[in-house]
Amino acid sequence: MLVKYSLTEEQSLLVELIKRIGEEYIAPFALEWDEKESFDNRPIRALADADLFGIIVPKEYGGLGMGVFEMCLAVEWLSYYCAGVSTTYAASFLGAYPLILFGNEKQKEKYLPDIARGKKLCAFALTEPQAGSDAFGIKTTARKEGDYYVLNGVKQWITNGGLADINIVIALTDPAKGPRGASAFIVEKGDPGFSAGKKEKKLGLRSSVTTDLIFNDCKIPADRLLSREGMGFMVALKTLDYARCGAGAQALGVAQAALEVSIKHAKKRIQFGQPVYNFQAVSHTFAEMTMRLEASRALVYQVAKFIDAGAKDFSGASAMAKCFATDQAMWICERAIQMMGGYGYMRDYPVQKFFRDVKCLQIYEGTNEIQKNVIARELSKVYK
Amino acid sequence: MRIIVSIKGVPKLETVKVDPETHTLRRESAELMLNPFDRSALEIAARLKEKYHAEVIAISMGPPNVIPLLREAYSICADRIILLSDRAFAGADTLATSRVLAQAIKKLAPFDLVLMGLKSADGETAQVPPETAALLGIPSITNVKDLFFEDKKIIALRETEYGLEELEAEPPIVASLYPKLDYFRPPSFKRLLEVKNRELEIWSAKDLELSIEKLGLSGSPTRVSGVFEKKFADKGEIWEGEPEELAKRLITLLKEKGFLKA
Ligand SMILES: Cc1cc2nc3c(=O)[nH]c(=O)nc-3n(C[C@H](O)[C@H](O)[C@H](O)COP(=O)(O)OP(=O)(O)OC[C@H]3O[C@@H](n4cnc5c(N)ncnc54)[C@H](O)[C@@H]3O)c2cc1C
Ligand SMILES: Cc1cc2nc3c(=O)[nH]c(=O)nc-3n(C[C@H](O)[C@H](O)[C@H](O)COP(=O)(O)OP(=O)(O)OC[C@H]3O[C@@H](n4cnc5c(N)ncnc54)[C@H](O)[C@@H]3O)c2cc1C
Repeated sequence: MLVKYSLTEEQSLLVELIKRIGEEYIAPFALEWDEKESFDNRPIRALADADLFGIIVPKEYGGLGMGVFEMCLAVEWLSYYCAGVSTTYAASFLGAYPLILFGNEKQKEKYLPDIARGKKLCAFALTEPQAGSDAFGIKTTARKEGDYYVLNGVKQWITNGGLADINIVIALTDPAKGPRGASAFIVEKGDPGFSAGKKEKKLGLRSSVTTDLIFNDCKIPADRLLSREGMGFMVALKTLDYARCGAGAQALGVAQAALEVSIKHAKKRIQFGQPVYNFQAVSHTFAEMTMRLEASRALVYQVAKFIDAGAKDFSGASAMAKCFATDQAMWICERAIQMMGGYGYMRDYPVQKFFRDVKCLQIYEGTNEIQKNVIARELSKVYK
Repeated sequence: MRIIVSIKGVPKLETVKVDPETHTLRRESAELMLNPFDRSALEIAARLKEKYHAEVIAISMGPPNVIPLLREAYSICADRIILLSDRAFAGADTLATSRVLAQAIKKLAPFDLVLMGLKSADGETAQVPPETAALLGIPSITNVKDLFFEDKKIIALRETEYGLEELEAEPPIVASLYPKLDYFRPPSFKRLLEVKNRELEIWSAKDLELSIEKLGLSGSPTRVSGVFEKKFADKGEIWEGEPEELAKRLITLLKEKGFLKA
């Protein structure tokens, strides 16, 4: 890396540990998981044993009490080894943030220690077949019945679906009020009427699991309501604001890996009697790739630190970090293939996997078009 | 419940250099790693700790360059780490090593279980665990695949040529492990942070109340009478050339020798 960051001792130790887990539990298997589209629990178990599911969980609940920046460092370096594994990992934070930000004392005590220890995996379920970018269009309902809520509906493309023990589900408690009638619930694996659909077949991120979640008169105790009725979208949007930096961080890791693999190849590959890196068209492409990667990293890190410093309004900032870094990473991975020629295209080499994996980062946690809508909206608040 | 894990640092294969004159390992220049069997011992200790809330103490005899490995043991599961180190220990064979380990283990009594690796990757004698047990006057079970506690007894599964053997023993015992695990936990981040600021306990010959003549080189009945490089009678051939041409040559040869149908 041409730009070096000075990390604290703890942060360096964190990165070292993630790299160790990457080398030992991920690197030897990542291409095979991708090829077979299979989920392996071992890297997840290793992250759990290493306490790394506790990064963002406050210390009083057994976590490490670290911030968005440290979460980004962990996600970035995990993605360097496999963005599928980092998707499983990061999606669990997407499910943990609502509890950390909006859980009451009892809920935090009940769930956070197990999350921190990695004993329970989380999922976050907002999207539905008819409600993607237009999340306000959700139709899943939660009807109050005495001391219970009864959920009905289908959530679509939920990461960690069927794996997660703790599922944060956004559903309408008062359909008449539209988005203001939405509420957030904690649904546990094994709750009656709750099941996961079949595993989706994907272009990339194939070592992660994506399924529908089906609620068929799913009956849960009333104390599973997070925050108050009507706060569902408040919970969802705030969570996404925090987590989006993580999607940007994923992009950094994948782009870093793509850059490294392709530059090593270009310096070794002889054509016309010399390494192809000697051709300016090639070396300038690498110069451009590095600039874009470092600019992305600087933005993601800065936004993460901005949030950790206690910023109140950071929707626009985290949308920029996500959108910019993932767009650049897509470009970098595409160029990495081009710079490797046919070798980049072959499935024996990892660059084509990076290319397929990184595509999703422009889509999930809000498409990059939606991020630009957010940025534009926030911008017009500042420049009235 | 108290479990003592005895771990050894062995040279990393890639960093080992053999002295061309004496054919002995140049140990000083080699980087140390945890003996692979001892990583298994630590994983088993961690699992037993989770299951029975046991206290785990890791010990190692060696020069101060094994300290990082003891710290590693702490970051995986050990609650206490002790380095057994003294110039007088240098040059120990398996007997002199076992004397030191046995004495240290005695000082840590009462304990229920001593876990060791089946054998070390460098010495490879597999003698230290049973020798240590003998010196302690307690049973030893070698080549253990898995073990657990049941009604205050230790049940150990032992792999033999004929199948699995189930043994029962009253604690304390020494078990040497060969568990063939498919998962080893990484260090815990919290423990990595803790161990940084932890004082290491170092026990010398004096602390162990051991007399010098029983230690190290002078206490070691084993003598290396000679070291030689094994010569292979059948020399391998090295073919060089273009892959296609070599492949053709190989196929011709295999057909000639009858390994492939003509
Ligand atoms: C692998 C994977 C994992 C996922 N995991 C989860 C999860 O864990 N939890 C969860 O809740 N969801 C999850 N999702 C769903 C994801 O968040 C949605 O796919 C995403 O929000 C986009 O919705 P959509 O796919 O329906 O696209 P659409 O909303 O149908 O969008 C189609 C196109 O139209 C554009 N578009 C739509 N509206 C606008 C607009 N107003 N202005 C400009 N352009 C617009 C979009 O940008 C896009 O290019 C996951 C998706 C994938 C692929
Ligand atoms: C003939 C011979 C001569 C030797 N001469 C020398 C010499 O001159 N100088 C020298 O430095 N070494 C020498 N060694 C090496 C040294 O004696 C042995 O490595 C040491 O005694 C342990 O024996 P091992 O490696 O065979 O252990 P094994 O019995 O194969 O190891 C089994 C288990 O015992 C435990 N264990 C072994 N050693 C230790 C330890 N030090 N601390 C904690 N636990 C341990 C571990 O749990 C290990 O997995 C010699 C070895 C042999 C066989």
